Amino acid sequence: MSDFDLTMPPEAVRPTPQLSRQGFEIRALQSTVLTGLTWLAAVLAAVPLFSVIYLLLAQGGSRLFGSDFVEVITGLPPAGFEMGGGIGPAIVGTLVMVGIASVISIPIGILAAIYLGVLDPHSKMANTSRFLAKVLTGFPSIMAGVFVYAVLVIHWGYSAWAGGIALAVLMLRTVVLAAEEAISQVPQRMKDAAYGMGCTRTQVIWKVVLPTGLPGILTGVLLAVAGAAGESAPLLFTALFSNYFISELSEPTASLSILIFNFSGMPFPNQIELAWTASLVLVLLVLMFNILARLIGQPKV
Amino acid sequence: MARLFAAADSATSVSGPPSAGDYATDSLFRGIAWFSAFLIIVLTGYILWEILREAFPAIQAHGLGFITGTTWNVNKAEFGVLPEIWGTLYSSLLALFLGGTFGIAIAIFLTQDFIDHRLATVFRTVIEMLAAIPSVVFGLWGIFVLIPLLKPGAEWLHSQFGWFPLFSTDLAGPGMAPAALVLAIMILPTVAAISVDAFRRIPYKVKEAAYGMGTTRWEAILKVMLPTASSGILAALVLGFGRALGETMALAMLIGNANQISLSLFSPANTLASLLASTFPEAGQIEVQALMYAALVLLVITFIVNVAGLAVQQYTIRKFEGKK
Repeated sequence: MSDFDLTMPPEAVRPTPQLSRQGFEIRALQSTVLTGLTWLAAVLAAVPLFSVIYLLLAQGGSRLFGSDFVEVITGLPPAGFEMGGGIGPAIVGTLVMVGIASVISIPIGILAAIYLGVLDPHSKMANTSRFLAKVLTGFPSIMAGVFVYAVLVIHWGYSAWAGGIALAVLMLRTVVLAAEEAISQVPQRMKDAAYGMGCTRTQVIWKVVLPTGLPGILTGVLLAVAGAAGESAPLLFTALFSNYFISELSEPTASLSILIFNFSGMPFPNQIELAWTASLVLVLLVLMFNILARLIGQPKV
Repeated sequence: MARLFAAADSATSVSGPPSAGDYATDSLFRGIAWFSAFLIIVLTGYILWEILREAFPAIQAHGLGFITGTTWNVNKAEFGVLPEIWGTLYSSLLALFLGGTFGIAIAIFLTQDFIDHRLATVFRTVIEMLAAIPSVVFGLWGIFVLIPLLKPGAEWLHSQFGWFPLFSTDLAGPGMAPAALVLAIMILPTVAAISVDAFRRIPYKVKEAAYGMGTTRWEAILKVMLPTASSGILAALVLGFGRALGETMALAMLIGNANQISLSLFSPANTLASLLASTFPEAGQIEVQALMYAALVLLVITFIVNVAGLAVQQYTIRKFEGKK
């Protein structure tokens, strides 16, 4: 006898598979649980950001947006039990040092990116240079401080120059890699068209590659500036700190990030409140550059 | 007819071959660009050489004993960084475990059609903003928010499970747990961004094939997407680890700067980078040399980790570009 009785209807021999979704089947349950966990992870990851922003506004906002706005923005840091005071020298110092770093690193970075992206992208030198820029990106930011300390600070002491150059070392790698990325996105056909009209390579770069890649380059530059403004480790022993407004580039200079670091360890509530205020100013500065970068970098094609 | 060609050759025409001036500008500009690219190579070499040169007296004086030594005593000129190496690796591994889990989960969340793309953009912006917050602000947040928040839990864990090595001390203030947590938050955007990139590189037909075989969404993710993206995710983890190793300010503010080796999550410790940050400004000449040696050790560790990460990333990109 065969196992199959051919007189029976086919459903009885092999029941129709259940094709509708079974919510309580192990596989479906596993899927639901994991989806829930993923949602939880995503929401949890957003908590620190909102906590930081909330505290910045709650702790630093009252001081910054209150009646003593002018004193906070222009005043000198308070000493010990002194009340009031401000973060003026630190704001100016941060702007000055980020300015020095930008002036040094942006032209060199973009020029190097032009070499890597247009002039000779596959040469041995370009490959080495690109690889080292990536390796520099992986270097701890404090290394820029250690390096500038060894080169400049040992001989000439702490200064805004040293701080600015340390930041320039950090900005350079970001500018190079971002600008190269933007430049290499310029379509080959546009370059070919310009070459076909008899342009020299320099003319192609200035009249076609740079104008076309400009949004991308600017995005990279602004992100590098934002990063440099928020850096603190490389300034710690290059620019040091100062309680007064900067009068010369060759003397120790205050910065927002070092002020936050110094004041966070103090036992005085006034200083801690100012540390929060300085954090708020710093984050606003960094976010401003970030948002600007995003607006410029939005694809328009 | 002949006049037309003559006009094109004349000096008043705008067209014509590049002038001698054009050629000169061209080679000058290309020279400057070449020099700028060369400068990156010089800079990297110069950084290594300067740190080596400054560290050389300390290398001669302490040798390899520097790496296995456990004391940091300026007066006796005894220097060892084993506790700092331990603290660096331990805090980074803890951060990698936490930040890596969350980072990969978020990458899956953003790329595997859980939410529509507008909401995904919002989440991506939140994660990117997390990366934009300066380290020192996270340090401040850690001191005044995270440590007070962790204290009751740490106390309870220590009193109930004090026999367990991870909870063998109490959280007195700064310590490993808050430092590793903040570190995890800071490397999360790195891990998430590179993992998202890894998932995006998988051709859509791979997922369609999985669904076509009747997998649930998570079977497709766990059995098809994750293994396919594994090398990219590995690169994300290694590069995130590299970032954690070198992170300075938040750790200098949160880890407690204690020269000790402990498994406990709640005891203060130290890392190479925060040792540099906290001792450099007041160091004398002998100590600066020792610190340069410590910087060199940190440089070597981060260099190895980062080159490994970059290599895995390159491998991933080639793997998928080859398949297309």
